[in-house]
Amino acid sequence: MEKLLKIDRRIIFIFVALAVTIPLLFRFKMSVPPTRHVISMYDKIDSLSKDSHVLISFDYDPSSKEELQPMARALLHHCFKKDIKVIGMTLYPAGTGLADKAITEIGDEYGKRSGIDYVFLGFKAGSSLVILNMGEDIYTAFQKDFYGKKTAGMKALKGVSSLRDIDYAVNLTAGGIYEAWIVYGREKYNFDLGVGCTAVMGPEMYPFIQAKQLMGFLGGLKGAAEYETLVGHKDRAAAGMAPQSVVHVLVVCFILFGNFIYFTTGRKK
Amino acid sequence: MIKKTDISIMTWILIAFGIINIILLATGKLGFNAKGIGIITAVAITLAMYSFLYKDNPVFKIAENLFVGVAMGYSLIIIWFNILKPDVFEALIVPMFKDTEIGPQYSVIVPTLLGFFMFLRFSTKLSWLSRWSFAFIVGMGSGIAIPNFINAILLRQLEPMFAPLYTGSFWGTVNTILVLVGVVSVLFYFFFSMEHKGAIGGVSVVGVWFLMIAFGASFGYTVMARMSLLIGRMQFLLKDWLGIIQ
Repeated sequence: MEKLLKIDRRIIFIFVALAVTIPLLFRFKMSVPPTRHVISMYDKIDSLSKDSHVLISFDYDPSSKEELQPMARALLHHCFKKDIKVIGMTLYPAGTGLADKAITEIGDEYGKRSGIDYVFLGFKAGSSLVILNMGEDIYTAFQKDFYGKKTAGMKALKGVSSLRDIDYAVNLTAGGIYEAWIVYGREKYNFDLGVGCTAVMGPEMYPFIQAKQLMGFLGGLKGAAEYETLVGHKDRAAAGMAPQSVVHVLVVCFILFGNFIYFTTGRKK
Repeated sequence: MIKKTDISIMTWILIAFGIINIILLATGKLGFNAKGIGIITAVAITLAMYSFLYKDNPVFKIAENLFVGVAMGYSLIIIWFNILKPDVFEALIVPMFKDTEIGPQYSVIVPTLLGFFMFLRFSTKLSWLSRWSFAFIVGMGSGIAIPNFINAILLRQLEPMFAPLYTGSFWGTVNTILVLVGVVSVLFYFFFSMEHKGAIGGVSVVGVWFLMIAFGASFGYTVMARMSLLIGRMQFLLKDWLGIIQ
């Protein structure tokens, strides 16, 4: 029994790899019932009329792409399906490529054109100062979009002069930048804000939801899968729920097994 | 030190990787174009990173350093094209030597100089100038952050604590009571001016339980996050590279 406590960690890695790979290869159907906070974000976007403006801040880089990119894609599907104007931006320099790819790919699927149906403003350094600047005048914060076109007079920004004119903003974040969006954005300029974040950050969001500072929250790959289900466009996140469930069962088994061995052998010492 | 068995394992993996890619390219599953070569490169780096799970090795180190270098290079290019070029070069430098619609924006000089002073940290003679930049950042940052954070984080977070316990529904009320008990007991636990004995000790033990449950929830979320990353990479390997799953 004691030998099991000193098991080679690589054996555990093999179990985890199998728990992820097998459900991906032999897909089994899993229902992904949407939770309250995901429904709240969906309902908010769904309630917006044609030509409303949704701002999506893609504040993540490739290290958290697997969790946040599916969220971005699901949100873009929803917005473009509803003919909502999307304003994309990022406060992470390494997030530009991912944001640009998501917006242009999904935009092309719906026949949307840059500058008319959506605008990708690109990256600006200064995080909180950029938000404050956008709160005063969006055109001074971003004089040109990511592709070098002047933002002034752009059809996609018609009716928008500052953050106050945004109908809904979503911050897809892999770091603490969501606090800047709440403190300098939502609280100061009074617009509805939702957050999509990595699962690690999930528990941090609940106090803000309780204080009604956030309207809608997507947590990790599960949040993305729930949104994909609601939009009716199941993709990678929904496909990832089967291996996620299997591997969670495996981790629970490991924890129970480790504790059992510990209490029956190790604790006696 | 690298053992002979490790070298042979690495060699066999490389041979297998090469053969698989040749088959994929030959059968047309991967195009011999930028996208195909990009996928193969991404797969190679993914496998190199995961090789750390076996043990630390030179292949992992190469991939790790490559990531740092590429990320830094990419960030520099983005900063040049998104900030320095439009906001400094095209706004200040170009209009000085060329006729443009708008004249040079001299207001850009001050922030540009302050930014430049940051780099003077590397100079022993001129590093004192960098203090101006830091003083500006600290002063302005504090001035903006303190009142806004007190309002948005402290006061707005306190508001739900003063809401009525009865919310109109049974489970909603249970929720608010739990929040109240949790906040009060955890605050008691972090109250170190009195010995944790008697009633205070009892309440702080409840606080410890709340903290443990919070840590457990955080750990659960962390497991989910890490596994999501692995699932994403496996989807990439099985779908985008091998084309086994749809």
